[in-house]
Amino acid sequence: MADRPDNSAFDGSNKPQLALHVPEPKYRPGDTVDFTDLNVPPAGEQARPDETCDPKETAPLCHDLVRVLGDDDKAHGPWDPKLSPDVLRTMLGHFATVRAFDERMFRGQRQGKTSFYMKCTGEEATSVSAAMALASDDMVFPSYRQQGVLIARGYPLIEMINQIYSNKGDKLKGRQLPIMYSSREHSFFSISGNLATQTPQAVGWAMASAIKGDSRIAATWLGEGSTAEGDFHSACTFAAVYNAPVILNVINNQWAISSFSGFAGAERTTFAARALGYGLAGLRVDGNDPLAVYASQKWAADRARANAGPTLIEYFTYRAEGHSTSDDPSGYRSAQEREEWPLGDPVMRLKRHLIALGEWDEDRQAEMDENAATHVKQTTKEAEKNGILGHGLHHPFRTMFEDVFEELPWHLKEQAEQAVHEREVKFPEGLPNR
Amino acid sequence: MSETAQKDAKTADNDVERRLNMIEAINDALDIMLDRDPDVIVMGEDVGYFGGVFRCTAGLQEKFGKTRVFDTPISECGIIGVAVGMGAYGLRPVPEIQFADYIYPGLDQLISEAARLRYRSAAEYIAPLTVRSPFGGGIFGGQTHSQSPESIFTHVSGLKTVIPSTPYDAKGLLISAIEDNDPVIFFEPKRIYNGPFSGYYDKPVEPWKKHEQSKVPEGYYSIPLGKARTVREGGEMTILAYGTMVHVVESVAREKGVDAEILDLRTLVPLDIEAIEASVRKTGRCMIVHEATRTSGFGAELSALVQERCFYHLEAPIARVTGFDTPYPHSLEWAYFPGPVRIGEAIDKLLSE
Repeated sequence: MADRPDNSAFDGSNKPQLALHVPEPKYRPGDTVDFTDLNVPPAGEQARPDETCDPKETAPLCHDLVRVLGDDDKAHGPWDPKLSPDVLRTMLGHFATVRAFDERMFRGQRQGKTSFYMKCTGEEATSVSAAMALASDDMVFPSYRQQGVLIARGYPLIEMINQIYSNKGDKLKGRQLPIMYSSREHSFFSISGNLATQTPQAVGWAMASAIKGDSRIAATWLGEGSTAEGDFHSACTFAAVYNAPVILNVINNQWAISSFSGFAGAERTTFAARALGYGLAGLRVDGNDPLAVYASQKWAADRARANAGPTLIEYFTYRAEGHSTSDDPSGYRSAQEREEWPLGDPVMRLKRHLIALGEWDEDRQAEMDENAATHVKQTTKEAEKNGILGHGLHHPFRTMFEDVFEELPWHLKEQAEQAVHEREVKFPEGLPNR
Repeated sequence: MSETAQKDAKTADNDVERRLNMIEAINDALDIMLDRDPDVIVMGEDVGYFGGVFRCTAGLQEKFGKTRVFDTPISECGIIGVAVGMGAYGLRPVPEIQFADYIYPGLDQLISEAARLRYRSAAEYIAPLTVRSPFGGGIFGGQTHSQSPESIFTHVSGLKTVIPSTPYDAKGLLISAIEDNDPVIFFEPKRIYNGPFSGYYDKPVEPWKKHEQSKVPEGYYSIPLGKARTVREGGEMTILAYGTMVHVVESVAREKGVDAEILDLRTLVPLDIEAIEASVRKTGRCMIVHEATRTSGFGAELSALVQERCFYHLEAPIARVTGFDTPYPHSLEWAYFPGPVRIGEAIDKLLSE
């Protein structure tokens, strides 16, 4: 401990003793969960300002919760995007695919077919419904839990599985950890794995689009935990300074591995309220309400496209599963949280809404789920023809050295020769299967 | 070159041939590339209306407009981060970091993002940025305006590191860096912005216009990255240097009458290993000089390479002359700097072994 100066008045002082606050979540494993103190306003009661409004007008919405789907499973209020039943069924279909895909890939990891996977259970709307509100060529800078964006954009599942298996068919040549996809064709930026780095990049892309007089906008996703990174502050500052046509989506799923949202500041204010200090428009939205997610993303997209400025949206949701296949949440949080979560499940809410509209029924849902599971299963088998992770040595060793630079410099040429030589020494008969 | 800078150049130059200092040469390169390629943009702290604290971007905003040349918030993380996004869009950003000492908040965006984007996306996305930044000491900048952090960047796979030592090279190398499709760290030795440096801080500064390498042709030309420049040929020893130290070792060698062959490396990654090997095999002796701190400095890499490739041609241990492993002190700057005494004694020792 640091020595105090000799003239310190500490001894005998009547000054109050300082105390450090270390946040603690309300519930730990085994605790009974009670979410009644969580303020969930009725659906349809939140005002919807004009898309081109002054950011200040969004201030009340930064502490409210934009909701459309009520307990009666009907759409309410000015944020109702009034989507056709066909569009709603398409959305539900994407949900079914995402859920079936997550199940299958999670199981694949447990069966030893790959090293790692991350599910997005409970958060499907924050990527699927948001992606559907954007134009297909708007550029997205995702974090690692936005498989729903790729699926909504029609990215082939087999490409995703090839990447997850790092197999011969992986167009990223086995270089990236599973689920760190990239698809320029689908305007989907390469996922980093470092947190929040994509946020200033999205702002930069949006600035470039504005510099060029383009009409495409950018959107980025990050977790509430990584809003603590300096990159997010840089992103908000640049977005505000240059009025960049960008949407910053904060997915507040309450947990960053084992750290609850309090370690990113949630005990003090909302994440949407971050917008106010920067002069960004801000919205706090029920992230488990697919219609509210769609409507808010569309609002922000229209705002950006009209040169009216960037928007920061907090999607309030819950990470129903572990952080990843490497995580066991039963070690740090109460299992009851998922069951008691007051905002429900986005897939069930959309299903019930369509049924309430008379546009859907349980039989069709069961058929949809089964078709999704079959499609994923068949595609997985197809992908497995390209191999599973196994020993990992699927791509020619030389490819390890390509794309470090556009051209191979002498030192990488020498190292590539060494790698190829080692392969010949270790596997004189050629590589073993798998 | 922008009109403002052109006027400055003309008043400073009465010769028939156009002579520029390094600032004017850099301004000229930026001007040419902004003009040739509509995707090039220049941004950074104070680079817009004001034209940069060292004047490297003077007149460019006036000429090319506020969406091509603009000021940024004081956020190196943000500057590099948005540049990566702009590169993904298809632009060719040339961000300026006001001092190399300020680059650290942007390191994650450089190391984890710009340097690896091509690799991790299997070339779907690239980061063709050129990060310009003044570096090095000798201007009483204290510990936050004097550092030479080049070896932090040479250690990162996927980054190129370029350091010019003359106005002619600064222009040609900067143009190559901007045209390059990989991220380039372009460190400008600020001590020699206005004139080459003999190493004697107590002697008058010689302006660039008296130096042969200040003849900078008008218009476009480029110098390929990865090619060293033979500053002078010699047979007694090879001296490897870059940036400010090229001029210091040249002046010390001349003063001592040593028949040294001096190589200005110009690019640290990719390195011109052929030129280094050829020279050391010829002379049998090798000295490496840099201003940066010694431990894990780029000199360690050079020394290892020379040992690995030229061991049987060496007649003496490889010599390293560097800055000390301390922060760059303000008032003791010239005690820190690897000047004529340190270099001269090392030359004597290398020749005596």
